[in-house]
Amino acid sequence: MAVADSHDTHDDHHDLYDHGEFIAHHFDSAEQQFDSGKLGIWLFLVTEILFFSGLFVAYTLYRTNHPEVFEQAHVFLNKYLGGLNTIVLLFSSLTMALGVRAAQLGRNKNCSIYILITMVCATMFLGVKAVEYSHKWDMGILVRSAFNLTYTHPTPTTEIGKALHISDYLVYLCVVPALLLAGFLVASVISKLIDKGTLAKFMIAMAITVSGYFLGVCIGIIFMNATEGETGSTHASVIAEQPLMLMASTQDDHAEDDHDDGHDHDDHDKAAADSNHEGEHADHEEHFGAHPADGGEASFDAHHPDPSTLSRDVGIFFSIYYCMTGLHAIHIIAGIIALAWLYWRSLLGHWRTDYFGPVDYVGLYWHLVDLIWIYLFPLLYLID
Amino acid sequence: MSDHHDDLPAFCHPVSTKLLFGVFFGLIALTIITVATSALGSALGMPPAFAFPLAMVIATMKAFLVCAFFMHMWWDKSFNVLAFLSSLLFVTLFIGMTMMDTGEYQPTIEAFDVNNLANVEVSE
Amino acid sequence: MVDASTRQKLFGTPETNFLNCSKGWKSWAFTLDHKRIGIMYLIGVTVALFLAGVFALVLRSHLFTFDSKMLSDDMYNQMFTLHGAVMVFSFIIPSIPAALGNIVLPMMLGAKDVAFPRMNLASFYLWIIGTGCLLAAILSGKGLDTGWTFYTPYSIDTNTGVIYATFGAFILGFSSIFTGLNFLVTVNTMRAKNQGWFKLPLFVWSLYATAIIQVLATPVLGITLLMLIAEKTLHIGIFDPKYGGDPVLFQHFFWFYSHPAVYIMILPAMGVISELISVYSQKRIFGYSFIAFSSVAIALLGFLVWGHHMFTSGQSLVVTLIFSAITFTVAIPSAVKVFNWLATLYKGSILLNTPMCYALSFIFLFGIGGLTGLFLGALSTDIHLHDTYFVVAHFHFVMVGGTLTALLGGVFHWWPKIWGRMYNDFLGRVGCFLVFSGFNLTFFPQFVMGSRGMPRRYASYDPEFQIFHQLSTVGAFVLGLGILLSFVVLVYSALRGPRCSSNPFRAASLEWQSSSPPDFHNFIHTPVLTDPYDFESQVYDEELDTYIPREFANPAKVAPRKEPVHN
Repeated sequence: MAVADSHDTHDDHHDLYDHGEFIAHHFDSAEQQFDSGKLGIWLFLVTEILFFSGLFVAYTLYRTNHPEVFEQAHVFLNKYLGGLNTIVLLFSSLTMALGVRAAQLGRNKNCSIYILITMVCATMFLGVKAVEYSHKWDMGILVRSAFNLTYTHPTPTTEIGKALHISDYLVYLCVVPALLLAGFLVASVISKLIDKGTLAKFMIAMAITVSGYFLGVCIGIIFMNATEGETGSTHASVIAEQPLMLMASTQDDHAEDDHDDGHDHDDHDKAAADSNHEGEHADHEEHFGAHPADGGEASFDAHHPDPSTLSRDVGIFFSIYYCMTGLHAIHIIAGIIALAWLYWRSLLGHWRTDYFGPVDYVGLYWHLVDLIWIYLFPLLYLID
Repeated sequence: MSDHHDDLPAFCHPVSTKLLFGVFFGLIALTIITVATSALGSALGMPPAFAFPLAMVIATMKAFLVCAFFMHMWWDKSFNVLAFLSSLLFVTLFIGMTMMDTGEYQPTIEAFDVNNLANVEVSE
Repeated sequence: MVDASTRQKLFGTPETNFLNCSKGWKSWAFTLDHKRIGIMYLIGVTVALFLAGVFALVLRSHLFTFDSKMLSDDMYNQMFTLHGAVMVFSFIIPSIPAALGNIVLPMMLGAKDVAFPRMNLASFYLWIIGTGCLLAAILSGKGLDTGWTFYTPYSIDTNTGVIYATFGAFILGFSSIFTGLNFLVTVNTMRAKNQGWFKLPLFVWSLYATAIIQVLATPVLGITLLMLIAEKTLHIGIFDPKYGGDPVLFQHFFWFYSHPAVYIMILPAMGVISELISVYSQKRIFGYSFIAFSSVAIALLGFLVWGHHMFTSGQSLVVTLIFSAITFTVAIPSAVKVFNWLATLYKGSILLNTPMCYALSFIFLFGIGGLTGLFLGALSTDIHLHDTYFVVAHFHFVMVGGTLTALLGGVFHWWPKIWGRMYNDFLGRVGCFLVFSGFNLTFFPQFVMGSRGMPRRYASYDPEFQIFHQLSTVGAFVLGLGILLSFVVLVYSALRGPRCSSNPFRAASLEWQSSSPPDFHNFIHTPVLTDPYDFESQVYDEELDTYIPREFANPAKVAPRKEPVHN
């Protein structure tokens, strides 16, 4: 139902595209249509900035009023993974800008290639993000009310998790992409069989896009193991033996022992922690009550601080972290959908020197998503 | 800096590939600088108070590069630029006024917290 | 000059128009025509008005006696919450911009449609979904008892349908953003040739100022409500004091949107009044540029005063003082408008028909609503009056006395344009009288009660206030009757009213150059650009019995004016 209003009283045929292939009926010229769309997308970006502003306000307020929370919390974020994601996004911005240029010059094939690269970068970004999230969920680094830092990575229970030595949460985060990948592969085969060349091309491109996610996951795990190994040097050997093990924590060995009856050990844990960290402990009014895994070896370091020394509000940092990065990730997903639409239209050869608006508009949106990350990265990862 | 093609419509401004790559490498360089200063800043003797403003200045430089060249703002209509920049003004207003307020009453909250927590400890 | 048959074609009653050019429910449900979307919006907001109006009448009935047992206390809380939430989010905010503005704005610019017709339709469907979510709070059996403001920490602790309602308001916010964004772009890029900014009707200026607020403020509501939902489900500890959050911060977030939203509600009404006062005085609007810029000034100042809702919420003294001071400055552009309207009336040839009666009611009621706002903006009096019926009366004078009155006036003004049929002016004026008197009877006693200390949102009260509550309840039913009568008059005229000509009121803005009802493309010819307030440019054509631009007229058969006939 594209146009409901066909109207017979006038001589000209009032289809939506009645003058010029892609100029809507209510515009006088391609330029007027382009200018309207451009102003529209800029105003949309304004709404996006104000949408994110609420979270930036929350961030600024809590950082100003509770700087100690941010100093304690940032060590749990891996700045190398954050940096990697920054570079991936910047590269996607470059390919997007090249895609816009190609569309402006009417080079549809080049445009489709650039858009495909942009989409792959986007899913890679999400893959790395999935590694970061699952790593934190494993350690009990959650939003304020659920925050319960233990360093005890639960043993994987899913078959895939056991086989690959990866976190259950990461497996869950891969379910939807895996289904999508399978779906697109099947769809590309079917469309090839029924001889829909363009559709098959599109489906293959989508399959490649989704594979980017798994590429991101792999790179993320490698980076995570390498960098956490560097910081948590005591367990470098464990990581070396199990390269895919996403458990670069300090407490693996003990975790399995008291995994089931951790709560009974509460008093013992506290006592152990207290004896080791008497000095710091006394300075704080209240703590988590979260039990550090027992053992009492001096295994805490700058990057793996003793949970009992942390402020009780350290979870608020992660509330803000999850809200900001989660909302950003939702925008990335929306961007991928918009890019897929552009890719489809590039395959159909829609772009001309006087009609490239949609690529330009989605491009602006994509750069904004990049811009927000440019600020999120130092605000969340680079606190010192 | 944009390519000049006589046959293109007035509203079509393709940016030269050279410039786009230049901007990209500039962005990468700034990213590396910001990570490096964050990781090594204190080792190099930089006062900790500088770290946050420096990171924000670098982020803003990156934002400028993205806005001006990737987003074509350099060549765009001034009204669009104005609309975009005005949003930052309102964000500043939002943050500024709210911060001024919570900053004022924060001591009250802290005093309340201390009292309350003291009571909790007593009751235990 | 053009020949008679062309004139007939351009300004006579057309055979096909936007109402009958296509048929079937699909031609409405999937239409991209701004006029049809506007009509659907008008129907939608009317339903919301009646729904929320019924809630209000139930409330007022309950309050008729001081020890009423009609509603349980919980039911009472849910009733006023839903009344407020539906009225604000589903009725007042979309009423004038999305319903009337949608129909009129592109025509005032001589354009065929708004810039993004699909987005316009999406806005309407989002409105339906959002309103549905708000009402789902009732249907879920849980209700909603937080007040329309969803203040934390109560909204986090209560077990009522806060998540449905906040999600509904979130969706409605996007509906509002879509409308605003569309209007901003439309006004910027789709004006008629040579139609400069200062040749725009003032209604366009006010819709533009409104759209600025919609685009800048509404996203903040979106994120606030999302964070509230996250707080309620995951306990993220940003607003909830149990987890180290700051409940006053929620109020900052909420009012950063909701105070500017008050101007989303009143600015379009002011635009409508500027049109009505000028047309029915047949006099150039006094101080055009002052009215135009005062709209923008109100929109921008509206962002600087949100803290005046929080004087007693624990907001710090310094900020409270700043917000109080800035609040007073908003009075300046508002008063500029009122003085300009009054100056326009002076020595005008005033036609007291239904729209003009509503316009004059507006000036009176908005005057009272605005002036009582100053008492609330002043710190010392606000401490006494905060959360009393004085506040209730104040914002009802602005929102109902202002916006609803202007909406009715505007609907009566453009009704003949939309349907090509004339309403019964006598019954319309009776309706206006009932609305005006019923409204005053409802809310004037509330000022008295409030200043004597009757708190708002209470299900029972001291016997000494009973007489005021009873007056108020009687008034509410009179007001309801007035609105119902206006509704009947309008619906009857749309179906059975006598045919009317393209420009029966000698208005000069471009929408009156289209036929009544307008063509699907709004104009059969490109309209002649006229100054919207130069009524001399329109002359009376005897053959067509209507006013047309001088350029099209047959000089032999025109008169400058036709004496209006009252029925």
